[in-house]
Amino acid sequence: MTVPNTRARVARPARPTPPLRERHARRRRWLLTAVLTAVAIVVVFPLYWMIVSALTPGGQSQSSEFYLWPDAPTINNFTEVFATQPVWQWLGNSAFVASVGTALSVCVSLGAGYALAKYRFRGRGLLYAAFLVTIMIPIQVTLVPAFLVTARLGLVDSPWAVILPTLFDVVGIFIARQFMLGVPDALIEAARLDGAGELRTFFRVVLPTCWPLVGVLVILGFMNRWNDFLWPLVVLQGNESLTVPVGLSTLTNNPAFSSPWGAVMAVATVAVVPLLVVFLVFQRTFVQGIASTGIK
Amino acid sequence: MSPRDEVLTRRPDDGARQPRWAPYLFVGPAGLLFLAFSLLPIVIAITLSFQDTATLGDGEWVGAANYETMLGDPLLRTALLNTLVFTVGTVPTAMAIGLALAVALNRPLPGRGLLRALFFVPMIAAGVVVGVIMSWIFNPDYGVANNALAALGLSGLPWLTSPNTAMFTLIAVVVWTRIGFCMVIYLGALQSIPAELREAAAIDGASGWQRLRRLTVPMLAPTTSILLILNVVFSLQSFDVIYVMTGGGPGFSTTVLIQYVFRSAFADARMGYAAALGLLLVLILLVFTLLRQRATKRAEELL
Repeated sequence: MTVPNTRARVARPARPTPPLRERHARRRRWLLTAVLTAVAIVVVFPLYWMIVSALTPGGQSQSSEFYLWPDAPTINNFTEVFATQPVWQWLGNSAFVASVGTALSVCVSLGAGYALAKYRFRGRGLLYAAFLVTIMIPIQVTLVPAFLVTARLGLVDSPWAVILPTLFDVVGIFIARQFMLGVPDALIEAARLDGAGELRTFFRVVLPTCWPLVGVLVILGFMNRWNDFLWPLVVLQGNESLTVPVGLSTLTNNPAFSSPWGAVMAVATVAVVPLLVVFLVFQRTFVQGIASTGIK
Repeated sequence: MSPRDEVLTRRPDDGARQPRWAPYLFVGPAGLLFLAFSLLPIVIAITLSFQDTATLGDGEWVGAANYETMLGDPLLRTALLNTLVFTVGTVPTAMAIGLALAVALNRPLPGRGLLRALFFVPMIAAGVVVGVIMSWIFNPDYGVANNALAALGLSGLPWLTSPNTAMFTLIAVVVWTRIGFCMVIYLGALQSIPAELREAAAIDGASGWQRLRRLTVPMLAPTTSILLILNVVFSLQSFDVIYVMTGGGPGFSTTVLIQYVFRSAFADARMGYAAALGLLLVLILLVFTLLRQRATKRAEELL
């Protein structure tokens, strides 16, 4: 295939300058790239500024001088906030809530997605419709009653108050069902004919074909739980039991700091970096996951 | 008849041979959680909206009093207006920028992968993180925004401290968090438009702008419709950024409906009223969905 191509190129004498139209197109392409790069700098600047501010000593950040990089970068902001606030505790709480919540929720979604995609049973249509309607119910409606239910269960201030009400994840169930519809029926039939039970069929035959789905569900679930704010804010109260976002929100007007912004930016950096790493490593799955929430 | 015989004697596409309990086992956990944390709260919300309830304990039945209060509540009117301004300000802007970026990045460009990743990065930051960063950048005394203006010899702006500008600043910030999402969804849709179609239009002499207006945008209509719904839902539920950056102020200038629900429930301890406000929002969403369906139908008839 490539041989005639090369020959053709060799046979034709190399043109000294490309034709005007092509040059024009190339210039436009570089112009577009320049514009896009400028926009990208504006888009990324706030995150850059977060890191810079976390490394800037209080003296310089509390001035009206314009700078893009601190004169004397320091990690004092980090050491100070970790020494005076239970930041490790917050990180631990967030890690627990996000990982346990994601693990349980992914299991629930996989099971529900499998049943809705691959079984015919009484009430399936109604159940699926009822699930989907909850996408339209905004959190404003369930905020107060869900809080009352949690309070009655005596869970306020416990990590389970954050985990339990968010285990039912309609979007996750929806994505799981869409994916499982694509698992060939013949595969499942074959397993059954070989005498595998229903659970065995699911775990040994269906699940191994679903790893891309599991990846998407885990990344989305973890990100949403790690970043969640309103619900933890409502059900968590003691400073020791907060998650990182809630803890962070308490810092901006914490009287313990004369200039809170260095501390705030340090904790903000700590909150973003784990997700940033996950994003950079699993970029493809990440983007695919976000995109699949939009394809309904 | 043993199970094996059953398998052997069944008709080819007879689904009955699976045990009856199997699907319920798989969907059971989701069903129970749905009952406890989705359906039950909705039922409670409806009950609460007819009660006068403080934080805990049983409320007093007050009939439709909460709904009557809503009619004459000037703060609610402000909150609804703010919600409208916020939604109309964020949704089309984020979608337009997202579309422009997607169209630009759908052609071969140097550094395309990196640019896509950079536009996407704000998506992963928590709303609270975005809120604190932006509060700091737009801080009136030491924020980098005003410091940069001063370095250019301009006077600083009251980004978040004036009722006239706070809402615009918030809208800009939320658009910033949203464009990456819109771009990704539009990019996915653009990649499914056959390249031959665009080439054919180009051969017929259509300019870049004409191709965008007459070919790309109409082909993207289903995606635009999905994005519109998602973005409206996101905007109506935007809480973190506003809570951290302005707390609804100055005054009530940035108090949107969700902020008002939160405030009524947990600051004013009016749980019943908060529940009624939440149900009002469901009504608004329902009307919006119906109107949008109507509009789509009209558009289809016209075409």
